[in-house]
Amino acid sequence: MSDLVSQLKERFGDGIVDVNAETIDDWIEVTPDVLLDVCEFLAGDSAIKLDMLNCITAVDYLHTDPKKAAKADFDPHMQVVYHLSSIEHKHTLVLKVKVDRWKNGEEGSLPEVPSVAGIWRTADWHEREVYDLSGVLFTDHPNMKRILCPDDWVGYPLRKDYEMPLEYHGIRGR
Amino acid sequence: MSTKVDDPRVIEFDVRTDEMLINMGPQHPSTHGVLRLILRTDGEIVSEVEPHLGYLHRCAEKIGENLTPRQWVPYTDRMDYLAGMNMNLGWALVVEKLLEHDLPEKARHLRVVISEMGRIASHLVGMGAYGLDLGTFSPFLYAFREREKILDLFEKACGARLTYSYLTPGGATGDLPPGWVDECRDFLAQFKPCIPEFHELLTNNQIFISRTAGIGVMSAATAINYGCTGPVLRGSGVPYDLRFNGEERYTEMYEGYQFDVIVQDPETGKYPDPHLKEFGDDLDYPEIPKEAILGDCWHRFYVRMLEVVQAIRLVEQALDKYESASGDWGQPIKLTQKLPKGEAYLETEAPRGQMGFYLVSTGDSIPWRVRARSSCFCNLSVTSELCRGTLLADVPAIVGSLDVVMGEIDR
Amino acid sequence: MRGSLVSTGASTVTEFISQNIFGLDDPNWFMYLLCGVIAAVLVLHVIAVGALFFIWAERKIAGRIQDRLGPTRVGGKFGWLQTLADGVKLIAKEDFVPRDADAPLFKIAPYIAFAASFAAFLALPFADGAVAHQVNTAVFFVLAVLGLEVFGVILAGYASGSKWSLFGAMREAAQVVSYEVPLGMCVVIPVFVAGTMNLTTIGEMQAGWFNNWLVFHDPFTFIAAIVYFTCATASVNRAPFDLAEAESELVAGFHTEYSGLRWSFFFMAEYGSMFLVSALASILFFGGWHPPIPIDIWILEAFADPDLVAAGPLKDAVPSLVTFLVMLIGIATLVAKSVIGVVVMMWVRWTFPRLRIDQVMATCLKYCVPIAAVCFVGSMTWETLDLPSMNTINRYEVHEDWSEDLAVSTAGQDEVDPDLPEDKNYDDESSDVMDGEEAPIEEDSVAVQNGLLLQEGE
Repeated sequence: MSDLVSQLKERFGDGIVDVNAETIDDWIEVTPDVLLDVCEFLAGDSAIKLDMLNCITAVDYLHTDPKKAAKADFDPHMQVVYHLSSIEHKHTLVLKVKVDRWKNGEEGSLPEVPSVAGIWRTADWHEREVYDLSGVLFTDHPNMKRILCPDDWVGYPLRKDYEMPLEYHGIRGR
Repeated sequence: MSTKVDDPRVIEFDVRTDEMLINMGPQHPSTHGVLRLILRTDGEIVSEVEPHLGYLHRCAEKIGENLTPRQWVPYTDRMDYLAGMNMNLGWALVVEKLLEHDLPEKARHLRVVISEMGRIASHLVGMGAYGLDLGTFSPFLYAFREREKILDLFEKACGARLTYSYLTPGGATGDLPPGWVDECRDFLAQFKPCIPEFHELLTNNQIFISRTAGIGVMSAATAINYGCTGPVLRGSGVPYDLRFNGEERYTEMYEGYQFDVIVQDPETGKYPDPHLKEFGDDLDYPEIPKEAILGDCWHRFYVRMLEVVQAIRLVEQALDKYESASGDWGQPIKLTQKLPKGEAYLETEAPRGQMGFYLVSTGDSIPWRVRARSSCFCNLSVTSELCRGTLLADVPAIVGSLDVVMGEIDR
Repeated sequence: MRGSLVSTGASTVTEFISQNIFGLDDPNWFMYLLCGVIAAVLVLHVIAVGALFFIWAERKIAGRIQDRLGPTRVGGKFGWLQTLADGVKLIAKEDFVPRDADAPLFKIAPYIAFAASFAAFLALPFADGAVAHQVNTAVFFVLAVLGLEVFGVILAGYASGSKWSLFGAMREAAQVVSYEVPLGMCVVIPVFVAGTMNLTTIGEMQAGWFNNWLVFHDPFTFIAAIVYFTCATASVNRAPFDLAEAESELVAGFHTEYSGLRWSFFFMAEYGSMFLVSALASILFFGGWHPPIPIDIWILEAFADPDLVAAGPLKDAVPSLVTFLVMLIGIATLVAKSVIGVVVMMWVRWTFPRLRIDQVMATCLKYCVPIAAVCFVGSMTWETLDLPSMNTINRYEVHEDWSEDLAVSTAGQDEVDPDLPEDKNYDDESSDVMDGEEAPIEEDSVAVQNGLLLQEGE
């Protein structure tokens, strides 16, 4: 893990923001700008060869209760977590990207992350799901549409401050 | 003839006058659950397939942010409802990973017994329903006849036939009842001679071969790129099975067991010997038909058939180990057990592929985020690529060979 | 009434009724109408009761093959009245036409399919004399009319207003029309061997022990029988060729939008056609209404008046009650053979997966047609070279009845043409057909005079 980290730091310098090797699953945090390059390197390099993308998850770090928010050790942000594994070398890696919950602080405009669908085709549907449920926009995605919710759904359900709409096409929401 | 299409985005499709837009589903006898496939066909040849999901979305992940891990176990059952035990196992292992909780030996063997029996039950449905997709009804009922016996055994163990919630974080909700092990052995003894029946009706049947061999061929690179796992991946020749290659917390469950990765050997072109002769049948190992190409529907089906045989052997070994093991069946953790701060991700080899759970906790007894990574979600995404240029009748053959369950895809 | 049972144009039943009930010598138009109605009603009952029985049999057989029981509640332990209950349910269903459907065509389509199936039964002999209408070119008629069923299917698919129905209908049209070619070729083989298209004649020629059946005539007819059965299964859209109703792909194909009585008409047409092609197979290849052991001949011989035997056909030397009994035995035998054929079709359906449309077409064009052609040539050669055969059918025995009609109509209405040979019959038991010898051809028979039969030595 450590030599991987040093390799990455060598190539991408500031792009590698944080590394955590003491937790149960080690993770590497990268900035959204270098994400594509890092992923290409990780997938292409024959010694690393992380050719399978297992999962993309978006975690919304926001306490809706102001008392808990004061005691929390994080600021409100959104994390996109990539779980990668290698079929050949049988090792795994976790990549994280931290973005603001709303782009430039404006409520309603979604944060943007470059899409890795060109590297792993798995990302196609996973990113659609993240967009659908957590509201993270992936740029250069071949088909950025909602996948689980209906196409005319409003809101991003898995966000912590989401409220179910009162009604949807005449069906009561709450 | 109606030319109305109810999908408003269809206008962008730029349909030519000689093409038809056909809607297959969501209510359809052959799509495995509520799947909607929009096919663009030119007569019988399909030029594009677009799957539409979400008809069974039940917001399980959002609910996971409001319940403790033990309370969330029933929601995992209802994801891949045909292999509920394996879903429970995946979630239990992730919670134990975060808690760094170790199981007694007997609990591990119990889990092997249960999850492999669940694998047999799940593959029986997969194979039977595949026959149903192709038009033969009888193997479906034979498969379900055997599955009924497994469900009876599960009912004795935990009280439920489909949504078990049996394997919980910490072990299981209770021990196997007395006499269960012998009944299980009786079932296996009676099930083994039925396997050649399936081979005759399906695997070796000329019509079945002509419907599945050479159809939906997927190369290993495509399979890995699309994130396909399980029999779909191994049917394309990639030797990857999480019971061998996965995380230690999972592979230690299978330590000491004798079994193989079911994948075609690239040199000999053969699959590992399923030891059919030990079953007292002179029927030899079904030959791979010459029309079958590695990565086609036939190979995916065949991998499942052989996994059933392998699962039987695993259960036999596990039953012996379970009886001779020390410890108890693994007491479940407390209902309101506080989770340590941190996150954990674990994938297990479920019957349909690799099922992963991601658990993020901020120190509460209720998780911060729960994510279920569904195997069928990735398996289904390959449909649009595989179905391009095939005939209409091949679409259910391909979707059936991927063996998808919508509950898992939509969660 | 003496004379051949295959008489000159008028149905024997008509004559029977006109002579015995109404006391007229010649039947008038009313008699014909009455007989037509009776025949139609009888044939309709064959299809209806046949469908009733076959649907029950299908469900029972399907259940048993699938390791379960099948219907067991309606009508006692075996549920044999289940179809009646289903019929009552279907009649009571709401009669609706889908909004996008073409209503007149939608409504008429099931009846067309049913009418085609029904009309083909008109020329099908159930026994010697038990035929709705005697048609001399019965084989041709039956095949032609059977092919009309596809019109009902196409109409149903088109008029349903659903793309799935259209797909199913198009597939079925392609399939039925393609399979008519090998079907026709397989049917021509027994026609050639027997020398006539008249189904009654062909059936009668196979009288005697089962070795007399046309299927045992030569190895090529044996293969032709198998190919015929395959093509017949395909032309009535039964599995493994049932992609027109492929449940798993097209919901229910061309009859997706049909419910209630209209749907049941399609099914009566389907089971009617299955019965028909099986009956055709029985008559053409498997001896028709003659049981494998010639019980009917023995009964006729037992009751034959020895004085009358030499003077004419065996049937005329026997009291009419015995003839009637033998006819009933014949009907029962033919029905039994057809039921076996239908049960085999059901057995195949519940065992095998379904073929894809291109595979169906490939089977037809790459396998059935060449094999049928080879069998045709082989059988023709066998017959022409007069190679040894297991049975004793000789097509030169056949008396071409249409030439007889020709002679009568030109000779005058009331006179019987003296040139007509009176008792030159195909089932001439008094001659030595069964003993393997050739019966002598009358030198001055009309057929010979008209150059239709080869004389000996030619």
